[in-house]
Amino acid sequence: MLELRDICFSVNDNGKVKQILKNINLTIDDDKFFVITGPNGSGKSTLAKIIMGINKPTSGKIIFNGTDITDLSITERAKLGISFAFQQPVKFKGITVKQMISLATGSEVSVGEACKFLSDVGLCARDYIDREIDGSLSGGELKRIEIATIVARASKLTIFDEPEAGIDLWSFNSLIKTFKNLKNKYKCGFIIISHQERILDISDSVIILSNGEIKEIGSKEKVFSRLSEIYSSCTKLVEEE
Amino acid sequence: MELNNIDKELLKTIADLHEIPEGAYNIRKDGKLVSRNVSANIDIVSKTDKPGINIFIKDGTINESLHIPVIVSEAGLKDLVYNDFYVGKNCDVTIVAGCGIACGSSEDEGHDGVHSFFIEEGSKVHYIEKHYANGDGTGSRILNPVTKIELGKNSYMKMDTVQIGGVTSSKRDTNAELDDGAKLEINEKIMTDGNEYAETNFNVDLNGKDCSTHVVSRAVAKNESNQIFKSIINGNNKCFGHTECDAIIMDNAHIVAKPELTAASTEASLIHEAAIGKIAGEQIVKLQTLGLTETEAENEIIKGFLR
Repeated sequence: MLELRDICFSVNDNGKVKQILKNINLTIDDDKFFVITGPNGSGKSTLAKIIMGINKPTSGKIIFNGTDITDLSITERAKLGISFAFQQPVKFKGITVKQMISLATGSEVSVGEACKFLSDVGLCARDYIDREIDGSLSGGELKRIEIATIVARASKLTIFDEPEAGIDLWSFNSLIKTFKNLKNKYKCGFIIISHQERILDISDSVIILSNGEIKEIGSKEKVFSRLSEIYSSCTKLVEEE
Repeated sequence: MELNNIDKELLKTIADLHEIPEGAYNIRKDGKLVSRNVSANIDIVSKTDKPGINIFIKDGTINESLHIPVIVSEAGLKDLVYNDFYVGKNCDVTIVAGCGIACGSSEDEGHDGVHSFFIEEGSKVHYIEKHYANGDGTGSRILNPVTKIELGKNSYMKMDTVQIGGVTSSKRDTNAELDDGAKLEINEKIMTDGNEYAETNFNVDLNGKDCSTHVVSRAVAKNESNQIFKSIINGNNKCFGHTECDAIIMDNAHIVAKPELTAASTEASLIHEAAIGKIAGEQIVKLQTLGLTETEAENEIIKGFLR
């Protein structure tokens, strides 16, 4: 279980203090699929990065399974079982898909094991196992490989930062299938930062963030009218098809 | 002359040799021949006018290999050797060269290998060259390899050159001339640390019609080390040439990358790319999210980059 207690985050914006997150209090239960949504600039990605340790909160506490992890490094949090899938997957010259999966699991994986994780994200493993994670892969391929490395870690809590960013509609449709599959297959906590209604559809709970504050938490049905209200005042919910 | 355990370890590193290789080989230690084997198709003959060997590979030699590693472990020795490779027509062979220096004293040790390749029509050669030095001596370990390549019509050469560590100073000169339809691929991997200095000069003359080359270097410079990379491609006919230098700079290192293209034909198509930069912060963070420390992440990124 993850608890965020009074998390605040501010930055210096041309000499003025700008508050990105304001007193965030949140409990993320195990085995649940949470989606954090809200308008652009509402602080969603910052919150995800604060949980992973990429950004440090200005104040507040982060408790993970009873341990205060507020001052722990990214590496230490990863070792405790938190994973993070980047909005824009990072490219590496020379590191192959199989090597990256091995790094994710912490030991050399066999071709068979690596294939299992790639199949989970709908990739034909044979075609990818020796490919380098570089610019030769499409946005959709990079995204799915990113997710495969996260799945390989078998984490207690996995955070996906806008998994739909930068992928085409076809890849998005299979991404939804992948998430449904992961939700059923792996019993761990998921936090997905997303604008997509179809990702909201498969959530157990939706958290609406706006102007750095939590506006609503509940099932999609419960929060939807509030969500429409917030979006209509800021920006439109991304329409599909 | 017997090989000791240090020699065997060097052979393993520079030539992937765990035992005496199959096929033709010539193992040289401290300026002297240790062991030689010739095959029905590959002959090795010592030069009489200067140190070195002539290698003759018969027309149509397919799937054979030749190993010619050199070990330098004698304090103060500066070994100089001339090796000429005559590769006949329509061959497909792998040649593994390399030099390992074990330095155990305060005296400088070095090896200058001058390798000349004469590759005839239709032949394919994969040439692998590794340079490595170790030992706890304070003397400099100096390597200055020179490679001259003449590629005949429709021939192909792939040259993999690797300098992975411990070499105090190196100056690598590679000159190639390509005939019609010939193709040359060069992949250089180089890492320098401490106060090491590494200079690379490639010069490729694309003389023949429809010949091509790719000259690619990946380099990592750490601490106070210095690297200079110069790659010149001269397009003198309808040809294609590409040179690329991609370098990671760390600490207080210094890197110079100078690709240079010259065209003497309107049909020449030449491209160069050069990039120098530090390891991207997001790459480190990504690997940290997988549980690696910052140092482990850096090592994995460099290992992959130089793979």
